[in-house]
Order: sequence, then structure tokens, then C-alpha cells
Amino acid sequence: MTFIAPRVADKKDWLSGETGDWELIIGLEVHAQVASKAKLFSGAPTEFGAEPNTQVSLVDAGLPGMLPVVNEFCVEQAVRTGLGLNAQINKFSRFDRKNYFYVDLPQGYQISQFEFPVVGEGEIEITPEGGEPVSVGIERLHLEQDAGKSIHDLSPDETYVDLNRSGVALMEIVSKPDMRSAAEASAYVDALRQIVRALGTCDGDMEKGNLRADVNVSVRRPGGELGTRCEIKNVNSLRFIRQAIHYEARRHIEILEAGGSIDQETRLFDNVKGETRTMRSKEDAHDYRYFPDPDLLPLELTDDFIAKIKADLPELPEARKARFVEQYGVPAYDAGVLTADKATGDYFEAVATGRDAKIASNWMMGELFGALNNAETDLADSPISADALGGLIDRIADKTISGKIAKDVFGKMFAGEGTADEIIERDGLKQVTDMGAIEGFVDEVIAANPDQVEKAKQNPKLLGFFVGQVMKKSQGKANPQAVNELLRQKLGL
Amino acid sequence: MTDLTKITLAGALDGLTAGDFSSVELTDAHIEACEAASGLNAFITPTFDLARDQAKASDERRASGTVGKLEGAPLGMKDLFCTEGVKSTAASKILGDFTPTYESTVSANMKADGMVMLGKLNLDQFAMGSANETSFYGPVINPWRNGEDLVPGGSSGGSASAVAAGLCLGATATDTGGSIRQPASFTGTVGIKPTYGRCSRYGIVAFASSLDQAGPIAKTVEDAAILLESMAGYDPKDSTSLNETVPDWRGACGQSVKGLRVGVPKEYTIDGMPSEIEALWQQGVDWMRDAGAEIVEVSLPHTKYALPVYYVVAPAEASSNLARYDGMRYGLRVDGENLADTYERTRTEGFGDEVRRRIMIGTYVLSAGYYDAYYLRAQKVRTKIADDFRNAWDSCDVLLTPTAPSAAFPVGRKINDPVQMYLNDVFTVTANLAGLPGISVPAALDGNGLPLGLQVIGKALDESTVFKAAGALEKAAGFTAKPEKWWA
Repeated sequence: MTFIAPRVADKKDWLSGETGDWELIIGLEVHAQVASKAKLFSGAPTEFGAEPNTQVSLVDAGLPGMLPVVNEFCVEQAVRTGLGLNAQINKFSRFDRKNYFYVDLPQGYQISQFEFPVVGEGEIEITPEGGEPVSVGIERLHLEQDAGKSIHDLSPDETYVDLNRSGVALMEIVSKPDMRSAAEASAYVDALRQIVRALGTCDGDMEKGNLRADVNVSVRRPGGELGTRCEIKNVNSLRFIRQAIHYEARRHIEILEAGGSIDQETRLFDNVKGETRTMRSKEDAHDYRYFPDPDLLPLELTDDFIAKIKADLPELPEARKARFVEQYGVPAYDAGVLTADKATGDYFEAVATGRDAKIASNWMMGELFGALNNAETDLADSPISADALGGLIDRIADKTISGKIAKDVFGKMFAGEGTADEIIERDGLKQVTDMGAIEGFVDEVIAANPDQVEKAKQNPKLLGFFVGQVMKKSQGKANPQAVNELLRQKLGL
Repeated sequence: MTDLTKITLAGALDGLTAGDFSSVELTDAHIEACEAASGLNAFITPTFDLARDQAKASDERRASGTVGKLEGAPLGMKDLFCTEGVKSTAASKILGDFTPTYESTVSANMKADGMVMLGKLNLDQFAMGSANETSFYGPVINPWRNGEDLVPGGSSGGSASAVAAGLCLGATATDTGGSIRQPASFTGTVGIKPTYGRCSRYGIVAFASSLDQAGPIAKTVEDAAILLESMAGYDPKDSTSLNETVPDWRGACGQSVKGLRVGVPKEYTIDGMPSEIEALWQQGVDWMRDAGAEIVEVSLPHTKYALPVYYVVAPAEASSNLARYDGMRYGLRVDGENLADTYERTRTEGFGDEVRRRIMIGTYVLSAGYYDAYYLRAQKVRTKIADDFRNAWDSCDVLLTPTAPSAAFPVGRKINDPVQMYLNDVFTVTANLAGLPGISVPAALDGNGLPLGLQVIGKALDESTVFKAAGALEKAAGFTAKPEKWWA
């Protein structure tokens, strides 16, 4: 395959070597497990963490005479994802067999889509941390089945096999070699993750291996001829992706600058040592003998099928982010944080609707996320619902409480003491706006501090002292603005 | 009392209905015949006790008013069909001890229709062969002989031999390149391979998925129709199964062929084919004309490529289908030094020569650098062969051809000459490549007293017309010869 990589990286992303600058070229193959209760070609369940070999049908175990039947739900999820990647949906696609022998591959072949994938070219926009938005091309998305799992460390001389994953549906999403830095690669995977989560087609859980990446890395002189690439298999966190790329890029540069050449090979990332090492060289590559699976008919999708999925597509993170900036006037950075996943965006919209969106955003990004962070929990388990937070903001807006009091109320709400109204009522926190009462406090304070009154006339900064005293007397409930005005008046400032 | 092993399936079902005999009596008579015929080696795993139980249960069902399509009929099951709780070997060593926990859809359909299963019938190993000599359990012997032991054809040799010898009223078989029709021709029986997708492949040990199709071997055309009506039907567990209702094929068997356009493809002849077969073919044409059919000469120009195409496509699929027999989860395992060695030893010991030969051919034609020249090209020619038939249907409704280029030959004669062996399928393999229904009907005895069959090929899903034409052929031929019972 010829890859064209026209974009040259920003100078800040160039890597300097002994002999000059280098540019990174990165492409990714992301495997995303389809969020489906049943496997791709058998009715077997796909529950995570089940006892070994309990989620296995006769088909998954490769028994004689067993036949695959495609799970239509999985096809639908692939199309949904394709639409979410702004990609071409291929009305004709086909399943092929990829033949090789291994203990965790019961049929002796993996059913995949080699020649005719269900989804063709697409494009997404990503924003690497601290960088400008970059567009990344999608080469294809195809459906394939996962293999089982070989477990080598339970016995010194035997390998155990768990077939629970055998036949689980995966979407392999192949990017174009459009990324030029580890930050871009990591942002790309994060963006994909957000998209599939928003679509509900994959839970995006990288820890469970439900989303993992094969990273293709090469280096070239900036804008020059493409170098030989190495593929780093199965990297399963954003941090590891960045580490693996950094390591691999340095390795390439060192070899090339010493006059050597890169061997095209498949490598593994050791996340303990932070290194990559050879898994198999090009010479050891299998001849997979791909051919169309004669047990399955080609997939032929109707316009109607695709249109129905399209009509049902939710708003995607990138579009939502743009809308938040436009509709609610929140800064782009905040909009990005608020649309990182669907639940956060929904929470924000529930709080912001009918209220000052900037205040809503500030409360979420500041107090709420801070409190959740301290409590080591997340929004899904937040003790304060969107309605409850909205209720608190309403009390600030209608001047029932001041912003300062509101923070205390928030803390009590977070501790589960009740709604804002209940806490305000219970603790008598209602702001005093009765001018007569405030005047009384002001007079009392002035009367009690004659020395300070004199000094204040020389130094108006002392106003703060009087405000503090009045607020103290009112137990924080006096309207701060009214207090200020009255004091200025009475002190003649 | 009449010999219950000499009646037809239709006759037996009538006799059971009339109460002339019970399924137990019918089954016992056949078990006795089977026990006396061990010299034919038609069975790998007899299930006589099971058969007696099933016969008893069938008689009870009948007494209570429940009568299935095959109620109480003792039948044989090719050992390529997985049968729950009964060893299913595919005539191989590698599956020698394999007992499935599940039932193939075809055998399940027949069970539901009241079948009594006498046992699992011998075949060529993994259905690869044309003489039933590649079985790990030894060759099957043809009940017809000519001074020496003859092969029954293959791969469904056990099914053909058992039906011809009166060991069962009918049998299941499978046909990938001619494995139902050629043995039927060699044994004076009727065998039909229906349209690809008529019978579910679920639970049948796969040889070449795009060509494999189940069908019956029977004593008469009508019996074949009765059996196929039970075996066929849509099955959601097989993605290539056709969602079509099963017509009244039995009713089609006696219908007139007046006005039927019978195509005679001029390419269906090969060098060295006995003149008797040419003559019989002409005889068949005359019979059809006399019965009121219109004879049309047609051309299927790509016929000569059919066998080479078949021997690329079928081994390619087989090499992948048989990869699952790796000694890891079931079946034979021969431990070696390491994983690769264990695979090698298991598969070298577990598969016979012909199976290994086809796995190697198939692996080769799918390999990088050879795929385009072999597999891809073969698929393109396969399309051409199917187009030939489509064009022929413009001028005719069925085709009439010889079934095989020879009569049954002696055991051992061709086993060391694969090319000669492969030529057996030259007239049958086209129907597999195009997915069309084809039937072999016994038409005459040759000069040595051995049966020869004629083949009728029909349009996809038009088994009704195939049965109609086959019925007319059967009637005109009046083939009643039976092999002399030398084995008992």
C-alpha cells in the first residue's frame, strides 16, 4: 500500500537528532469491541470477566459442521460508527477468512473483512493538547472476530486457553498516516473513544482492552521521503501510546543516524520498561491465505437500512463542542471538557438551560469537578444532580444567597445534606436585603469603632474592614453590595 | 411373507400405514440384512439397538395417531452428518472417537419425521474420493460384481452400497463434486443432489462449503423425492440455506414430460469413454422423445474447465475447513516437541493421504503469489460455467447427460492415480459449481452386467421438473436388475 503523507509537522513537533531534524509519521489501527451482548457469528454472550470458557458456543469452539451466522446488530453498530466517522458506508462488503494456526483460534482462521470492508474512507477532527485542530483521515473500518486468550503463566509447561473472547465482534478502525506527534496520536485515539462512546457502539474501556491500538511509526526528514515503519501491537492506554511512540521514534532516529536501516517488523510495547521489542520480523510474517468465507453471504446493505441508522445518530462530541461555544457562549476549552462524554454534556445542558450558561459552566468546571476529584468519584456517581446544582444557581441568581454562601451550601449538598433550598432554610442562610436591617448593622459597627472611622477617612482601603465587620454581624447574610453602598455613604468615602 | 428388505420406501410406508407389518418388524429385517452384509463394509458405526428403540417408539407414535413423513422407516446416515450421542467420524482417524453433543439439521429433520436410524455409513475420508477407498475404516465393496470386488463409487459409497444391497430403505448422502450421483450410477440406485441451499449444511462435517450439498440415495425416484422432502428446508443456522418452501416432489415424479424441452450438451463426452455409455445416452434421448419431450442440442462450452476449477476451489475451501482438526479441543492428538510439532504429528497421523493431498493443493492455491493465478481465476471460470447453464435454459428445461464416464471399477484400480480418479466426476461436478440440482437414474446394465446411470440436471430450485424427467426416464428404462446376493 502506498501511503501519501503530504502534511509536514509543525516545527515544534520535529525531533532533533545528531544529524538534523526528523519528523514522525504515525498511523493507527484501533480495535474497538462492539458493544453487543452476543458475539459476531454465534449467539454466545460476551460478558466481561466471566469464568473461563463459559461464554462459548459450539461455533466459537470450532466444532465439526458448525456454521457462522452474522449478528445483524453488530453490522448496525459498524455502520453507525462509520457514519460517526463521516465515512463512506459500503453497501457491498464481504467476510474473508484469515488462515493461521494457533491454540486460541479454534477454527484455524479468523473471519474478517479483507478486500471489501463495510466502511470506507472518512475523516475526523482532533485537537491535540496545546495544539491546533488537525484533520485525520480514516482509511477504513471493518468487522472481524476476536480470538480466544492464551494464558502462559498458570503452569510452567502448559498453556491454558480461554475461549470467552473467541468470536467477539471487533471493529478495526484504520487511520491514514496523518499524525505527526505522540500528542496527535493520543488525541486521535481519545477522539475515537469519545465518538464510539457517544454513539454507544463501543464502551471505549481501554483498561478492559475493549479499545486498543496498533501503532505504526516511522520517521523521515521533515517533508522528505517516507521511512520504513514498525507496528507496535496492542497498546492499551493513551499514556502507553505516547510512550511507545517516543521510544520507537528515538530508536529509529538512532539507527538511521548511525547509518543503519529500519527493519519492517511487528513489535511489542513493554509498559514496565517503557520499551518496544521485536515480536516478529517481516520474514516471519504469516501468509494468511485470505479468501472469501464460503459459509457467509456478502453483506448487502439497503439505502433504507443506512438511512434509518443515520436518522437515529446522536450529536457527536465535536459538533456538540461547537454548539456549546455558539449557543452557550462558553470558551472552547471549557466546551471541550464539557463534551468529553455524553453524560457530562447532558449534565451541563440540564444545568445551563434557562440559566446563565457561563455560571453553570463555572460551577461544574470549578466546584463540582473539584469535589468529584477530591472524592475520587465521577459525574455518574455525583451526589449532586443537575437539577440540584441548577437549584443552587437559581438561589444565587435571585439573590437569596451570595456566591460565597453558595459555596458553603454546595459543600453541604455534596455531603448529602439536602437540596439548596432545604439547607438555606435549615441553616437560615437567606441573604438579608432589608435595607433597614442592614443599616442597623452598619450603624452598630460605626459606633463601635470610632478610631477606625477616623483612619478610614484618611485611608479608604479600610472600607474592607467595615464590610467584614458588618457581614460578620449579619452572619454573612447581608447583601454585600448594599453593605458597601451604605458604608461609603455613612463614612463619607 | 414378502422380504421386507426388497420393498421400496414408498411401499414400506404404505405397508406400515396398512398395518401389514410394524416398524419393529421392518427394522429387524433390515438389521438382519445388515448383520449378514458385513463383507460390504458399508457401516462404520451400526446403531442397531438405537434403531430397535426408535422403531418401537415409532410404532407407539403410529398407534397414537402421530405419523411423520418417514414414520418407522429404517434408513442409513452417511457418517459425515453429526448425530447427537452417536460417533461421527467422517471416516477419519482424527475424528475416530468424536461423539457430537448436537444433531445436524438434516438428520434432525428426519428424526422429527419418524426415521429409524440403522447406523452411520462408510464414506471416503472427509468425503474426499470417488471410490470409497480413502476411508480410515477400509473400502466399501459394491454389491454388484464382475468376478472381483468393485468399488461402489464415492464419496457416498456406504450409502449407495447399503441401499443397493437392501440393507436400508434409503440413505442420506452428500455431494460436493458428484458424491451422490456417481455412486448411485455405480450401484444401480437413484441419487439426487438438490439445489445448493435446499438442505442445511449445519452439522455436516464440511469439505468444500460452497459446493457441499446433502441429498438422498434411494431405490426409486419416488423414494428419493420422499427422502428429500424430509431432508430439505430453510435453516437460519446456515447462512447459505435458501428460504424456500419444500414443494410436493413426490407428486412430480409421475407427471408427463410432454412438451418438456430436454437439452443434450454436446460437450459431455470424454476420450476413452466406453461406447456403451454413448449408446445409453442416445437411448435416454430416445426414451425422452418417445415420452413426448422435445430434444434440443445445447452447448456448454466451458465444461472442459469444470474439473480443473473444481480441483482448485474444493481443495482451497477444504484446506481452511479442515484447519480446525488440530488436536487441541477434540479428536486425535499426537503430542510433539512443541506446538508446531504437535500440529504436524496430529494432522499427519490423523488424516489419510488423499485428505493431506487436498489440504496441500488447497494451501498452495491460496498462497500469496499463487492466489490470483489459481483461486481467483478458478472463481472467474466458475462464473462462466454457471453462465453456460443460464444460457442453456433459454432453449431447454433440463439437461440429459451420462452420470459417470465408466461403470464401477475394481477396488485398487485407480487409487494410486489421482487424475484418473478425479475424472470420475467430470459430468457431475458442473452441477456443483453452478449450484444446480442433478439426479442419477439407473438406466441399463453394461456388457459386464454392471449398472450405468443417466443424469438429469435442472434449473436452480426446479427439482420438481428434475423429478418429473427422472420419473419418465425410470419408467422408460424399466431398470429392475438387482445384484446377486453373494455377500450373505
